[in-house]
Amino acid sequence: MDLALLRQTGEHRWEIPMQGAMRVPAVIYGSEALLRDMDHKVYEQAVNVAMLPGIVEASYAMPDAHWGYGFPIGGVAAFDPDAGGVISAGGVGFDISCGVRCLHTGLARADIMKVQRELAHELSRSIPAGVGSTGAIHLGEAEMDAMLAGGAAWAVKRGWGSAQDLARIEEGGQMKHAKPGNVSPRARKRQRDEMGTLGSGNHYLEVQEVSAVFDARIAAIFGLRQGDIVVMIHCSSRGLGHQIGTEFLKRMAISAAQHGIHLPDRELACAPIRSPVGEEYLGAMRAAINCALANRQILTHLVRDVFRAMLPRSELPLLYDVSHNTCKVEQHGNRQLYVHRKGATRAFGPGHPDIPPALRDAGQPVLIGGSMGTGSYVLAGTKESETLAFSSACHGAGRAMSRHQALKTWQGRKVVDDLAARGIIIKSPSMRGIAEEAPDAYKNVSAVVDAADAAGLARKVARLEPLICIKG
Amino acid sequence: MPWEHYEHEADIGVRGFGATKAEAFEQAALAMTAVVADPVLVAPRERVILGCEAPDDELLLADWLNAVVYEMSSRRMLFSRFVVRLDGRRLSAEAWGEPVDVARHHPAVEVKGATYTTLRVAPHADGWLAQTVVDV
Repeated sequence: MDLALLRQTGEHRWEIPMQGAMRVPAVIYGSEALLRDMDHKVYEQAVNVAMLPGIVEASYAMPDAHWGYGFPIGGVAAFDPDAGGVISAGGVGFDISCGVRCLHTGLARADIMKVQRELAHELSRSIPAGVGSTGAIHLGEAEMDAMLAGGAAWAVKRGWGSAQDLARIEEGGQMKHAKPGNVSPRARKRQRDEMGTLGSGNHYLEVQEVSAVFDARIAAIFGLRQGDIVVMIHCSSRGLGHQIGTEFLKRMAISAAQHGIHLPDRELACAPIRSPVGEEYLGAMRAAINCALANRQILTHLVRDVFRAMLPRSELPLLYDVSHNTCKVEQHGNRQLYVHRKGATRAFGPGHPDIPPALRDAGQPVLIGGSMGTGSYVLAGTKESETLAFSSACHGAGRAMSRHQALKTWQGRKVVDDLAARGIIIKSPSMRGIAEEAPDAYKNVSAVVDAADAAGLARKVARLEPLICIKG
Repeated sequence: MPWEHYEHEADIGVRGFGATKAEAFEQAALAMTAVVADPVLVAPRERVILGCEAPDDELLLADWLNAVVYEMSSRRMLFSRFVVRLDGRRLSAEAWGEPVDVARHHPAVEVKGATYTTLRVAPHADGWLAQTVVDV
């Protein structure tokens, strides 16, 4: 990105002043080095988002921002329904409520290394992953409705987890005001056999070691100590969410003109929050959020079964579960806003009432997944994040290289062998998938996290390094 | 070149060329299925009939690709041959393929959906070009 186009307003804050049809400025957070490496498309997309009706304050991009669809990946934008604000199916994207959860294990590195190979094998056998995989749970229509309304709370009722889990999930594990009736038969059909599946692409399940602690006070509140073993799960609402995204993208692209909305890019397909299609999408999208929460809860149950059988001493309580691709109604100042986060994590600061009481003094846990083989981070929301970007932070490393290029650059087998030499076991049904997801195809996650910390979006708490990675 | 992939930072672009618009749509679908697995490995043993309609060529292309995504996802199939007929803004098609066999097809990644990013249907050389970015 050409830095001459930006006005630097802080060491890690860069502003695109209002111009043309922009209703608010755009703000990109990151270090100078990250901004220089950012694709110019991030600039264009952040500017386009700033043109949408009812947008409040600014169109924001996080330090991991990269070229997305309509919104940049790493984009955050809030809309005021009282000012003609919109909800955008393109802004939430296909992978509705894709997110990450982190489980404690009560184990140390030595416990894992004794059984590393067998554990990797059992996890890969027990967690359905990759193209065409199906879960063991097949939902009829009534159960599908219950799942879409109940989310992780539905899964817990079915015996896949405990009430303690729900307290550690955004929205208490159940997105309210979901409308299962707004979810089409095609979306339901895509999900029928996909409950409890990991998916493919950048989705994964990892066994990780806490390799560094940066903030001892917050780490203690989160229950993280150096050398602890945790499990991180990254997946989404699967086919159901993809289909809802697809259907409403088209409907909103067509209806935009009827609503008098000029779309600078069709991918920004949106509708007024207070319109029939806007309300219908909200109900369906919330049902998809519940699907993602239920899916991660079922996967958690499968992981716990594997650990219980192999490592009877282990216990796997949930640290926290965050969603990346959502639109949520939140109170900011004296306004209720519809906050879109596309590849961005909610990051409420200390004291926020939506954070579970045991974690409230620390701020909301922000879980950042890196690429396989590089490492992940746990951060905590800050008070000032509220004024910086509606309490939001980055979500991952962000790709530095296209899949196309990655496939030309690496071979899956070599990536597996190189990681094995570093003590990391990768299991995946697809060597090509591994090549496309090679660690160096991603940005340096540490640089992204350092920038988020320095910008004040979230505070760095701990670094996690993988020992086992199950890829879709 | 009947189809090709092109660069998108996070995902992948699919582009089909053809003497007719319908042929360009067929090739774009082939480019998309090649994101998942090499079409050479997929036997066109079973036929699926599909159709869609949209108010303009570009939305129709996205709709067509999304119809193929839906069939791949809900039937757990891969496809290697397409026959497209266009009647104004209405499309009817046959998709030929077989159920996913991980050991034989080595599928890399699912396609979640066809986006409207770089979406384009336009005359090209002596024929047509049809392209968009797919989310994986």
